[in-house]
Amino acid sequence: MGFDLQIFLTQLFSPVYLQGALLSIGVAVVSLIIATVIGFILAVARGSKSAVAQWLSLAYIWFFRAIPALLVLLIMWNALPQLIPGLREWGYNPFIAASVGLGLVEAAFMAEIIRSSLSSVDEGQALAGRALGMKPGSVMSKILVPQAIRIALPPTTNEFIGLIKYSSLASVISLRELLTTAQVGVNITFRYAEYYAVAIIYYLVIVSIITIIQMQIERRFHWASSLPTKKRRALKLVGAAR
Amino acid sequence: MNEHTNAQAADAQAADAQATQPEYTPTGALVTDIPTLEVRDLHKAYHGNEVLKGVEFKVRQGQVKAVLGPSGSGKSTMLRLMALLEPADKGEILLEGKRIGVNAAGRALPEAQLAVQRRDVGMVFQKFNLFPHLTAAKNVALALTAVQKVGRAEALERAHTMLGRVGLSDRADHHPSQLSGGQQQRVAIARALVLNPKVMLFDEPTSALDPELVGEVLEVMEQLANDGMTMIVVTHEVRFARRAADEVTLFDGGVIVEQAPPEQFFDDPQHERTKKFLSHVH
Repeated sequence: MGFDLQIFLTQLFSPVYLQGALLSIGVAVVSLIIATVIGFILAVARGSKSAVAQWLSLAYIWFFRAIPALLVLLIMWNALPQLIPGLREWGYNPFIAASVGLGLVEAAFMAEIIRSSLSSVDEGQALAGRALGMKPGSVMSKILVPQAIRIALPPTTNEFIGLIKYSSLASVISLRELLTTAQVGVNITFRYAEYYAVAIIYYLVIVSIITIIQMQIERRFHWASSLPTKKRRALKLVGAAR
Repeated sequence: MNEHTNAQAADAQAADAQATQPEYTPTGALVTDIPTLEVRDLHKAYHGNEVLKGVEFKVRQGQVKAVLGPSGSGKSTMLRLMALLEPADKGEILLEGKRIGVNAAGRALPEAQLAVQRRDVGMVFQKFNLFPHLTAAKNVALALTAVQKVGRAEALERAHTMLGRVGLSDRADHHPSQLSGGQQQRVAIARALVLNPKVMLFDEPTSALDPELVGEVLEVMEQLANDGMTMIVVTHEVRFARRAADEVTLFDGGVIVEQAPPEQFFDDPQHERTKKFLSHVH
């Protein structure tokens, strides 16, 4: 029973895998959006003057860093509908459960990325904005965030790739994402090598596309070299090391 | 008794007459008796270290005041307090006679309300603090769109005009990293000017520049002074203070040591401290 190229190729171009891959990407995208929004709020709360806000932010990060993502997914899909009867009748499905669950966990990590990115923007920037009479929201959205995005981009891309892989955890809540698709095929045919090889190809293609997109976006945020080359290189290394 | 009261009334009348004597700025604007910006008994401490120890300072419309003094003497702190970037521990800041930075009860206003009051005060920093992600034109236009809600096209047009005023029309589409230090500081001046502030504060505007770039910035500032802009300039540039200032102030140890017109300040200083300071910078 060697490697059957025919089975491999048939599966590689089957719509089932493509659907699984799209589901994986979908979960990763939605959870990253949720994580970024919550993470931003956590980061701002952490840097605020209010002790209560700081404490709440720290508590959130502490809690979701401690709980395994798998457990969060099981709670989201199994426990939550018990606590909120009728949830599933309102259209609650494994996709939503996985996206929200992973988003909640990921927010704890995004909070740190966003906080460090915002604090790495030179303090003279906010000062200049304030001196121009800009309100705190404007200073944040027009001055700090655009500059922080550039710094946050490499580590955020790493987190996104991580989320693509984490989405395979959603198999436990019966979401037919990429890895589950392979597993289902294996269960029927016992052709482990061929089905897993297809999954590998898909993951490689997805991550390659993400990397290309990252490079494109980085180029857009490259508004000439305001950072000395050395520092930029160092930042890139930090991003790559995460 | 009566005589005494009459004499007082006559004195008051004479003072009134003097006060109403019209005085004009170089651009012909009427100078009123109310200072454009004034601080009274200003105090500020950082971690128990008192930086300002009761400063009294004012600038009238069209006046240019140069502030000299050794590092750490409190001159930059006074500017930051005047620009409402930091709260004072004690004392008052008045813009055209109206107290700013605090509510009726004397409490510091929330940041959003301070932002509104800051629009009348332009500030230029030592390190330029241009926004690196925006072109020169967009640096200048940002406050117009974000603060004054001017349309994008009009804001950019006004930004271009303002850049022309500082001699940088041809650099409008450059990012700050593509500009020299002197050019960056001129963009920063345009950025503050475009909001039509009532007074411009300069915090050591040439201290971060290479010597050969200082001249172009001072030239723009002198032009501004000639145009009648009210300015407070914290600087180490003695030549600028002598040429462009109406009055020169020496700060030391958190208090004002001497204030005088430049000729007197430089050629006939009254205080020992001033003489000593000038012997170092000359």
